[in-house]
Amino acid sequence: MLRVFWAAFALLILCLLSLGVGVIDLTADAKAWQVLVISRVPRTIAVLITGAGLAICGAIMQMLVRNRFVEPMTSGTGQGAALGILLVTLFAPQASIFVKMVLASATALGSSLGFLAIVRRLPPTQPLLVPLVGIIYGGIIGAGVTYVAFQADLLQYIDVWMNGEFSGVLQGRYELLWVAAIVAAASYFAADQFAIVGMGRVASVNLGLNYGQVVLIGLVAISVVTALTVVTVGMIPFVGLVVPNIISRLYGENLRTTLPVTAFTGAAFVLASDILGRLLRYPYEIPVGTVFGIIGTGVFLWLLYVPRRHVP
Amino acid sequence: MIKVSHVTHRIGGATILSDVSVELAAGGVTALIGPNGAGKSTLLSLIARLIPLQSGSITVDDLTIGACPSDVLARKLAILPQSADAAPRLTVRDLVSFGRYPYHKGRGTEEDAQIVAQTLHRFGLNDLAGRQLDTLSGGQRQRAQVAMIHAQSTDYVLLDEPLNNLDIAASRSLMRMLRALGRTVVIVLHDINYASSYADQIVAMKDGRIHAVGTPADVVTEDLLADVFGTRATVHQIDGRPLVQV
Ligand SMILES: Nc1ncnc2c1ncn2[C@@H]1O[C@H](COP(=O)(O)OP(=O)(O)OP(=O)(O)O)[C@@H](O)[C@H]1O
Ligand SMILES: [Mg+2]
Repeated sequence: MLRVFWAAFALLILCLLSLGVGVIDLTADAKAWQVLVISRVPRTIAVLITGAGLAICGAIMQMLVRNRFVEPMTSGTGQGAALGILLVTLFAPQASIFVKMVLASATALGSSLGFLAIVRRLPPTQPLLVPLVGIIYGGIIGAGVTYVAFQADLLQYIDVWMNGEFSGVLQGRYELLWVAAIVAAASYFAADQFAIVGMGRVASVNLGLNYGQVVLIGLVAISVVTALTVVTVGMIPFVGLVVPNIISRLYGENLRTTLPVTAFTGAAFVLASDILGRLLRYPYEIPVGTVFGIIGTGVFLWLLYVPRRHVP
Repeated sequence: MIKVSHVTHRIGGATILSDVSVELAAGGVTALIGPNGAGKSTLLSLIARLIPLQSGSITVDDLTIGACPSDVLARKLAILPQSADAAPRLTVRDLVSFGRYPYHKGRGTEEDAQIVAQTLHRFGLNDLAGRQLDTLSGGQRQRAQVAMIHAQSTDYVLLDEPLNNLDIAASRSLMRMLRALGRTVVIVLHDINYASSYADQIVAMKDGRIHAVGTPADVVTEDLLADVFGTRATVHQIDGRPLVQV
């Protein structure tokens, strides 16, 4: 209980910092309130939702694929979403944001299904092939998107989705993320099912679980959250990889207990990275993905080298 | 009773099971023996609907495999496969609790918690209950896995080589416990002496066919071992049970 309190306290401090840090000095400016409402609060919320959502997606995907080294942003789901956005931009530039969101989710899902189909054919004795194949698969789709964007003179446009960051988040331009938050939170209701799927197909069938259905539900949740994140802030790699791995090392993989911790840690880490990114080269910003990549990888490597504890 | 009728199974061009018909009586322990590749695991997988039935039919009491819903069967029959998949990072208690999933499909009741506690106690897992599976020894993990199957409280329990990784004390105590359960147990064993000592009925398989069915005294003979396994071993009779000199 005390730990929960301290963790919540730390996150609160981070949120306050996030609200306070920026080019405009809040104490000196008469329009401080407007800056907060239009920019800082939306940005902070967007960061929290993105961090938590991507961490949850990673944790679920690792269960579905039964491999700890995959995550949606590097295994084709994120690239699939970018493909969807590109298609909308090319063929229906006037389409509403809703259409964009639905199509991006659909292409993300298709791309995830493709990845799963490939993974099922890989020899189970070679677990490291899975993330490698994922990176290549995601890379190919990403390259295709870039190529088409280049041909259509949309490179600058596409860059916004391929390299995620939060400086563009403003009131009225991030609210879709709330849908992602709802979907990510709803996935908690299937936490047991995902954990059982993580034990393998045979164990799932033995327990009477509809294996294919649970995998599909999981993929849909992952695809929607990922697509919405790409549509609003762009692709942010590693969060879905690093955070679930840290949590699984420390607390195991019973998702019913670990998913909330995973979400919290994802939110806190990404928020800390975003704040650092704003401060390091003030008044310029370093993209959150870059900062997170460095911090997250550091923590991850450190965890790999400390021996595992026996008792959780 | 598990009733297997005229089951033939092919993978690619190879015939894995050819026209297998066998009845496994309710109650008691049935041991399935046979050389590597005889089709024992395939037969168990078919009974437990892990792989789809190609031809023939299988019934477990009044349930027809392939027709009855998977979650109904999960309350009637449980299977521990030969090579349990790589250990997930779950505690022993979590794993055993998942054995109750077919009943509550979500949050367990007080009764489920009680069954889990009893199971942990019965399998001597109380000290390990909080440990993550991937920090256990192979034998301890095996015990936890069998405990999960036990918590599933099914009338029928199929176990594929559960004695792998177990030391002699653990093997004997597992076999005794299986006998004491009062459930119908079908168990693949490679050690004929365990089959002979603990089984009520032995089914010997070879090349995808049932070679012999009967009591240990009927089945475990020097001739049969020569036929099925292609090795000549002396069989002694001790207290009415045949024992193979290895
Ligand atoms: N997926 C598969 N693809 C191809 N052949 C298979 C497959 N599964 C099983 N077989 C073949 O079917 C035969 C029977 O396999 P099975 O696993 O049922 O044997 P078993 O009696 O359990 O052997 P063991 O004692 O070694 O476990 C073997 O020859 C095996 O090679
Ligand atoms: Mg086998």
